[in-house]
Amino acid sequence: MTDAVVLNDVSMVFNQGGDNQVHALSEIDLTIEPGEFISLIGPSGCGKSTLLRLIGDLISSTDGRVEVNGKPAHLARTDRDYGMVFQSATLLEWRSVLANVTLPLEIMGRSSVERQERGREMLDLVQLSGFEDHYPWQLSGGMQQRVAIARALAFAPSLLLMDEPFGALDEMTRERMQTELLNIWEATDTTVIFVTHSIPEAVFLSTRVVVMSPRPGRIVDVIDIDLAQPRTLDTREEQRFYELLTVVRESLRRADR
Amino acid sequence: MHKICGMNPTPSRQIRRLWSIVAILTLLAVGWEAYKWIGETTGGVWPGTTTRLPIRTNSRSMPHLWDIAVSLFRPARRGGEDILLVILLRAGWFTLRSALVGFVAGCSIGFGLGLLFVRSRLAERGLMPYVVASQTVPVIAIAPILVVWGGRLDLPKWVSVAAISAYLAFFPVAINTLRGLRSPAATATELMRSYAASPNQTLLKLQIPAALPFLFPALKVAATASVIGAIVGELPAGLADGLGRAILGFASSFSSAPEKLFASVVVSALVGLVFVGVVALVERLVLPPTRRIDPTEAAASP
Repeated sequence: MTDAVVLNDVSMVFNQGGDNQVHALSEIDLTIEPGEFISLIGPSGCGKSTLLRLIGDLISSTDGRVEVNGKPAHLARTDRDYGMVFQSATLLEWRSVLANVTLPLEIMGRSSVERQERGREMLDLVQLSGFEDHYPWQLSGGMQQRVAIARALAFAPSLLLMDEPFGALDEMTRERMQTELLNIWEATDTTVIFVTHSIPEAVFLSTRVVVMSPRPGRIVDVIDIDLAQPRTLDTREEQRFYELLTVVRESLRRADR
Repeated sequence: MHKICGMNPTPSRQIRRLWSIVAILTLLAVGWEAYKWIGETTGGVWPGTTTRLPIRTNSRSMPHLWDIAVSLFRPARRGGEDILLVILLRAGWFTLRSALVGFVAGCSIGFGLGLLFVRSRLAERGLMPYVVASQTVPVIAIAPILVVWGGRLDLPKWVSVAAISAYLAFFPVAINTLRGLRSPAATATELMRSYAASPNQTLLKLQIPAALPFLFPALKVAATASVIGAIVGELPAGLADGLGRAILGFASSFSSAPEKLFASVVVSALVGLVFVGVVALVERLVLPPTRRIDPTEAAASP
């Protein structure tokens, strides 16, 4: 089976040669298999968002090889192999909820019938049926982020890139969204790469947690999360959950040194 | 959440707004007449002082409002057939036609420049200084040049007037179009890139819809500017049928009939107001209340 993502000796330097040169990432090696749920965790400015943007070909790496589904990242992007979710929902305020979800399908030239059908299906998936004709400003932050997830999944990409998607939500909403995201992940066979600041979030969601060091960002640890699937509300009460929190926390502490 | 109350202005809100307009107009009228009354009572000084009032209060400098109103409904010339209001409205319509052509041309050019600048940094860097400089040249200097050029090309005079109008109208539209097209968040642009959207798709689906709230305030400025451009442009063009010449004529007979000049000022302002009103109406139809830029908010934000 083709690997979902292969990063080979990837480095990223912004403004190379300039006074404000920033060495963001250094010697990143990582292979992600299809169906994995990978969290990237590390201190602010460690380049985890940069790494996500490299995989999405939103920026190009200074050095190294970035492959998605066995193709160079830019081909994967033009083949629409991944969906993207940001910390801010980034909904277009002049479009209804349904029209926001179907935006990528519109750009890809799908028929109106298919768009409507697929859009409703996606809204059902994120439990927003009945909100098709609402506008973004009429929704809560959590609902807006669910629309953003529905939009990212509308064209059934094999890979979902998420940049701190729940970072702006309150704790209660956040935990509910985590469970929903796992349900979606199980229902859709999507590979997820998830950037987060939160140790419990990373441990609860992931099959593996990638711990990164401060700038220049390096991978210091890849921690297998061997909690049973599917994860439930009880998962957060398990002894093993707490042990893994400690493992990740200590790894982060070592990385910071 | 956002201003849900702003979604649908209830009838009572609209009535209140109407009342505030009436109240302010009444206040202005009362102020005008009260100032006149003070001046006439004290002989032109502030009450209880010897400090002169800044503007004379005689009927030449400040005619009674009712005199201005009455003059609108009297024949403009002794023995003339048409009352002043009809003459001014006819002149206003004549001017408005040139202004409309100038408005449409100017806004199209402005929008086109905005599109060009957002696509090409090079074009922006190369042309923007001239776009800005064009607005520092006074229109009374540009107007005769455009009239002379139009004359050489055997164009009708109103074309030159419309060109002067367009010259004033394109600028705010160009600036705000550019600002509006650049307004989407960085993540929204990245989102379009993640869909492998073409530049034209990004423009149509993201940038132009995002620019609309910025565009309408510019169109309102352009509407008033195009009327001013047309009025000023009529003078060197030697067009006798518009507001420009009417104002000039009444200014020269100011000492004998000042109320006619004031009346033509009122009608000129009305022409501009109607134009802006039409643009505001279109804005109401196109943009939901949550997307309209409140002018007071825009002034307060950086």
